Amino acid sequence: MDTIFGVPTQALFGQLLIGLINGSFYALLSLGLAVIFGLLNIINFTHGAQYMMGAFVAYFLANKAGLGYWWSLVLVPLVVGFTGVIIERLMLSKLYKLDHLYGLLLTFGLALIIQGLFRNQYGTSGLPYAMPAELAGGRNLGFMFLPNYRAWVIVASLAVCIGTWFVIEKTKLGSYLRAATENPALVQAFGINVPRMITLTYGFGVALAAFAGVMAAPIYQVSPQMGADLIIVVFAVVVIGGMGSIMGSIVTGFALGLLEGLTKVFYPEASNTVIFVIMAIVLMVKPAGLFGAQK
Amino acid sequence: MKLKRTVIAAALAALAGAANAQVSDGIIKIGVMNDMSGLYADIAGPGSVVAAKMAVDDFGAAKKGMKVEVVGADHQNKPDIGSSIANQWYDVDKVDAIFDVPTSSVALAVSEITRKKGKAFLVSGAATSDLSGKACSPNTIHWTYDTWMLANGTGTAIVKTGGDTWFFLTADYAFGHALERDTETAVLKNGGKVLGKVRHPFPGQDFSSFLLQAQASKAKIIGLANAGGDTINSIKQAAEFGIVKGGQNLAGLLVFITDIHSLGLQTAQGLIFTESFYWDLNDGTRAWSKRFAAANGGKYPSMVQAGVYSSVLHYLKAIEAAKTDDGTKVIAQMKKMPTDDPLFGKGSIRRDGRKIHPAYLVEVKKPSESKGPYDYYKIRATIPADQAFRPEKDGGCNL
Repeated sequence: MDTIFGVPTQALFGQLLIGLINGSFYALLSLGLAVIFGLLNIINFTHGAQYMMGAFVAYFLANKAGLGYWWSLVLVPLVVGFTGVIIERLMLSKLYKLDHLYGLLLTFGLALIIQGLFRNQYGTSGLPYAMPAELAGGRNLGFMFLPNYRAWVIVASLAVCIGTWFVIEKTKLGSYLRAATENPALVQAFGINVPRMITLTYGFGVALAAFAGVMAAPIYQVSPQMGADLIIVVFAVVVIGGMGSIMGSIVTGFALGLLEGLTKVFYPEASNTVIFVIMAIVLMVKPAGLFGAQK
Repeated sequence: MKLKRTVIAAALAALAGAANAQVSDGIIKIGVMNDMSGLYADIAGPGSVVAAKMAVDDFGAAKKGMKVEVVGADHQNKPDIGSSIANQWYDVDKVDAIFDVPTSSVALAVSEITRKKGKAFLVSGAATSDLSGKACSPNTIHWTYDTWMLANGTGTAIVKTGGDTWFFLTADYAFGHALERDTETAVLKNGGKVLGKVRHPFPGQDFSSFLLQAQASKAKIIGLANAGGDTINSIKQAAEFGIVKGGQNLAGLLVFITDIHSLGLQTAQGLIFTESFYWDLNDGTRAWSKRFAAANGGKYPSMVQAGVYSSVLHYLKAIEAAKTDDGTKVIAQMKKMPTDDPLFGKGSIRRDGRKIHPAYLVEVKKPSESKGPYDYYKIRATIPADQAFRPEKDGGCNL
């Protein structure tokens, strides 16, 4: 059998595919962060908690209301996105005139409170969420066994990422949004309700996190800590991609997933740190990130 | 009237003081240190504090005129944080003994600090057998279980029933390494082979990559040398990747009842592992566990929490007998006295600080066999106390 650095090529394909799956989550989450930062200039530290809430709401819908996975995919982003709208209206909107740091502190505090409340109520070992029957099982690709659900994760997250990029970069609505961040006063003068647009943008970013949470629920345990561990990596992804760059966050998300997958084969002990090493190097060479515009 | 009451109170206090002349500052302060919020919080966490308080009540400290206070802290599974809490507790807060401390790397650090300061350390949560081996200390007792006990119970049983080729999925820190080492020894001793191992960062979230490597090794048994949330996610994802259906089996080397509760029987059924406590062993364990659950939000005790109860109880008995709370002396007294409580039965503590009691090889029930929440185990075998733990001569402890 062919080998690369002592690892059979077949095994390597498997690991690359796994990397791509993890990259899908990084991309979905960093996309939400990038949208929020790009248009609101808020560093949304609540993102991990909102991802976790997405998984929990899916769990509640399944166990209290009898609504399955597919319903959750639609309803959960709406429900959690709505909580985002409330947070934006009641709290974040008061902070736009202040330094970034205030938004960061507020969202960080909120994340701690939300995680603490869930932990208090549900403990830390997590709750089980069943795989949707349509996506159970898997197929043998020759070099690995690919669970159908994981294949679905890649497809769904690519679709959502590209859809979001398209709306923001290529449609009229997207151009309003981008204009509003450049010069809100001018856009308002054209009769566009800028504050409402910003509120909905935050809600949308949060909905993306919740969507990722529903996607994650059948794979990982639904647990209060699930977002806290992930969010730091996702922030590194956003920094590497360039704060606020939509395409940057999508491409970097997938690419770093692949890179992490490779590390897990060649030197598993470093797989938690490799992304941060890349971040440090990128910050030294290109402080605005790979896709970020120098301001 | 008020004056009279004050005088009586003062007299009582003086009496209590006289009875405990050797107890420093008149208060026995028990520190329960563990993971209060992370992946081990359900195994130990606030439940261990509940268990410690129950032990203080059941011992009847108040009636005996002993003033006992229980405090808790979160070490976040980080040795540096655990060390600074231990120093603060011993130096500033006048804590006399530290209990529980899951996460072996933290426990090893706290054990060193305790030895330097001449206090007492009763480990329930941590697993590494080094605590009563090469890192043993006259101030430390390792109470509930250890990696040798788990490896010996589970590893031996599985190799003997045909699972003779192994691949390890190991948490990359002191505990995982010790568990892997001790299990490997048990596997080799019984004629099995180890085909490979992979060390995953701790704590982890996605194990699919490592599981694929395990799958590629074609080993019959994939040994999970990790714990808590890591084990839960490993088992869940192994099911997803069709590992068990493909003919390989998982061996949970350290699994707690809280993990099974969280996984659900559908996913966990058939899993075999070793525990030193199960709530449904006998009338004594059932009665205690129901009381515990009532005080712990309905959650049943893990063996770690049971161990905290048992160790606090014996610690207080030893103080009563030795009439001092000096750490080194109390630990020596604890080793002299036989242990006895409703949870672990009669037992003893060896010179190397190893507490001795039976262990149980358990199998997780099928959903159809379970009568309800927490009715999860079938006891497959009881390993007698004298065989459950590593023989003292093999540990390398020089006490």
